[in-house]
Amino acid sequence: MTDTPVIQLSDLSIGFTGRAGHTLPVLRNIDLTVRPGESIGLVGESGSGKSTVALAAMGYLKRGLRVLGGTARFEGHDMFALKRRELETLRGGQLALIPQNSGQSLTPTLRIGAQLTEALRLHSRLDPAQFPDRVLELLGQVRLPDPQTITRRYPHELSGGQQQRVAIAMALAGEPRALLLDEPTTGLDVTTQAHILELLRDLARETGMAMVYVSHDLGAIARVCDRVVVMYAGEVVMEGSARQVLTAPTHPYARGLLASIPKLSDPHLPMALGGRPPAPGGAGDGCAFVDRCALASDLCRATRPMLAPGPGGAPVRCHHADRADTLPMSSQGDHAARAEAGTAPVLSLQDLEIRYSRPGLLDRLRGREDTRPATVDDITISIAKGETLGLVGESGSGKSTILKTIAGLLPPAGGEIRFDGDAPLPRSVEQRGPDHLRRIQLIFQNPDDSLNPRHTIAEILEQPLKLYFGLSGTALQDRCVEILERVRLGGHYLDRLPSQLSGGEKQRVAVARAFAANPDLVLCDEVTSALDVSVQAAVLELLNDLKAAQGTTYVFVSHDLAVVRALSDRVAVLYQGRLCEIGPSAEVYALPSHPYTEVLLGAVLEPDPDTAPKLTADDVIELSPPAKGCPFQRRCPRKIGARCDTDTPPWQTRDDGHAIRCHIPLDDLHRQQQADS
Amino acid sequence: MSLASIPQNSHLGRTLSVLRDVTSRPSGAVGLSLVLFHLILAVISPYIAPFDYRTMNAAMMLTGPDGVHWLGTDHLGRDVFSRTIQGGREAILVTGIATPIAVAWGGLVGIFFGLIGGRVDEVMMRFVDAFLSLPWILKMLVLIVTFGTGIEVLIPTLAFFYGIPVIRIARAATHDVVARDFVAAARARGQSRMTIMRKELLPNVLDALMVEGAMRWSWMLLAFSSLSFLGFGVSPPTPDWGLMIADARGFMSFAPWGVLGPVIALSTLIIGINLTADALAKALGIDRAQKAPV
Repeated sequence: MTDTPVIQLSDLSIGFTGRAGHTLPVLRNIDLTVRPGESIGLVGESGSGKSTVALAAMGYLKRGLRVLGGTARFEGHDMFALKRRELETLRGGQLALIPQNSGQSLTPTLRIGAQLTEALRLHSRLDPAQFPDRVLELLGQVRLPDPQTITRRYPHELSGGQQQRVAIAMALAGEPRALLLDEPTTGLDVTTQAHILELLRDLARETGMAMVYVSHDLGAIARVCDRVVVMYAGEVVMEGSARQVLTAPTHPYARGLLASIPKLSDPHLPMALGGRPPAPGGAGDGCAFVDRCALASDLCRATRPMLAPGPGGAPVRCHHADRADTLPMSSQGDHAARAEAGTAPVLSLQDLEIRYSRPGLLDRLRGREDTRPATVDDITISIAKGETLGLVGESGSGKSTILKTIAGLLPPAGGEIRFDGDAPLPRSVEQRGPDHLRRIQLIFQNPDDSLNPRHTIAEILEQPLKLYFGLSGTALQDRCVEILERVRLGGHYLDRLPSQLSGGEKQRVAVARAFAANPDLVLCDEVTSALDVSVQAAVLELLNDLKAAQGTTYVFVSHDLAVVRALSDRVAVLYQGRLCEIGPSAEVYALPSHPYTEVLLGAVLEPDPDTAPKLTADDVIELSPPAKGCPFQRRCPRKIGARCDTDTPPWQTRDDGHAIRCHIPLDDLHRQQQADS
Repeated sequence: MSLASIPQNSHLGRTLSVLRDVTSRPSGAVGLSLVLFHLILAVISPYIAPFDYRTMNAAMMLTGPDGVHWLGTDHLGRDVFSRTIQGGREAILVTGIATPIAVAWGGLVGIFFGLIGGRVDEVMMRFVDAFLSLPWILKMLVLIVTFGTGIEVLIPTLAFFYGIPVIRIARAATHDVVARDFVAAARARGQSRMTIMRKELLPNVLDALMVEGAMRWSWMLLAFSSLSFLGFGVSPPTPDWGLMIADARGFMSFAPWGVLGPVIALSTLIIGINLTADALAKALGIDRAQKAPV
């Protein structure tokens, strides 16, 4: 292995021309060296420029951007001086990119085999007669079972994880010297993500490729990367070994970022990192992080710190790096507000069954019942007043579907929903009375989608106030301001449009809209998964404060087990629309666990280079639940035999209310799991 | 983003910035000037016309352009220039009233179908398709022959026929919006269907409707002139471009000025509307090929 760098960015600055004609930098003086066989992680909040760095290493700039200074070299080639033709041979061949959501970058109308062959034709020096064998070899290399069958499939016939594997195989076709990965596992389920990361680790070791891994997820970075570069507002603020950056960061921003990540081992709420990064060109003369930094001094405001070796030797861009270790790094936030014991249930679901499919026309004419298993079935949960129930599960587990049904947007096929001890709630929202509508509110995942882009913040908040309370005039105006202040936004936001707000501010408005109704029950559907970790911590804190102040009951849906742990009193685990386990959160996160919970917990990535995920079940995505038996039968690593396939497992309940639905007696399960861990 | 750069009223701010965007594009600047020129001319032309458009002069038939009659005279000896500058008044008035009506009713029906979706929507759209497959001039002539040719017939007729394609556009735009969570949020709140259409959907479909309205206006002008040309529009002696072209057509080989005036007037107005619509679409981000950088 030579020591000449594969990728070298020297003093690279990239920017665009703003509306007023000024040049606004997006990247400032980036130095980055990637040696053969090395994997480097680029982390930072959205907008920090990490993807721009990765794309610049390929000689690619997004529309409107231009190089302001410096060079980007790949194996000695100056990428911004190369001709188009030369770039084309390098890109995809020796230098490959794996984008986020690669399902969308595969051609939907071509079979996988044809797409891989095309990649080989363009970027491999092999004899075309060898292509079919090489295709199978590549698919085997990315650990896809039965490569022969996969070559005949179309992209839509593969799961998200399989599509990502095919994209990796395509990238490997040209035997690249360096692989650029732009959030390659964001949007995948935890178990799938863990498997893909293990694959990338192995590939890096087998092939000696260099990797640049761009992600906001420090857990993923910890798993794959040797070195980590922390970016903030278009600058490198810290660089060092993964161990040093993740366990003893010397930059205040890196510490804040780590503190804002909810951790599985820690039942506290994560700490929020206040403020937001400066817009391009808005950093001024001083340190870009100065407005959000607890160590900021006059020196920080006056002069921009240089990247210089800090304590521990790793380069850091901070005047006060020697004092950074005084800042907390683990979450020392509050404990989430807890419900009082023994209160009456505010919501109870009884044998809830939800179907998306309808029987075909012919079957309906013949009066036949739909024999396909329901999407969601057999859900019986009751939620006490002031309690937070976490609903966890992979995508397709039916957790959002259940929320929609409670809200009345998706009428159930069977079972009933009781609210506050009343008679069963009408099935659909159109049949419900105004009081019920007001008392149950829903907050959506993505505020870009749940706030009307044509409404000002005032108009958004006025809707529930007018509808439920009939407010108007100054009373309405005053109430809007009051609500905004409750979510820590001021009255000056009233006339803005959602597009003028940051992601976290938008989600606060969505929270404010739900709380404007004075609800008793708030349904939170993945409310933080579209946000940066630092912003996520702030939104969690807000939800917790509102609950403490108003005694609101939450149903909190998330795929992130650590987030659920931080906020929930009780947790229910769903697989394929069926409950597997439910109980107080401390119990659910401890042994014994349902085998599915065990798989989920094992796959969670912690931002710690010393912990490895435990991968026990494969990452196959099932599209429909089995007709009978245990829903988890096909993937269960602890399956005990035919009983799991035929009989619905019984609920085994312990004294503390912790219930697990499994054929294995709890004591046996506990013993097996303790032996394995 | 500094606080000062945020306008007091965001809606007004957006309208102003779209307008600025339209006028800063060459197509928008040229188009808008042409349209404004024609609109102003339509208002003031009766006061500035050098001759009465009705005055015939048997001694001055089909004379060429000169210092007195700038565009010559027609076969009845009437001044072509005076008739040309007033020839758009009727057309602009009729289409100017009919276009908003067409966009309003077509838009509302389209948004409604887009919101309810499902089978009713599918069936109704097949009716719309069937209707659109018939040649427009045929449908229009049937109505005009039945009810006559006055303004009171022409406006509703044009508004009705040109509203039907608007249904398609509004429905398609609504389909993009209706699946978004803010509509689900409004449903979950218990907002009425009318409120959802008016408050949630309409503001998001309005951009597409405005561009569509501008395009419809130019097609409607062509349709109106075609009807006049065929003798079903404005009745003589009122000057009208379509009618003037029809009258002067026979003498085109030796007196081309009779056709030239109305042809240039009509085409500049239509080109102006099209350029404006084009710039508006780009300013509103409807033209997907022209997304703003970064």
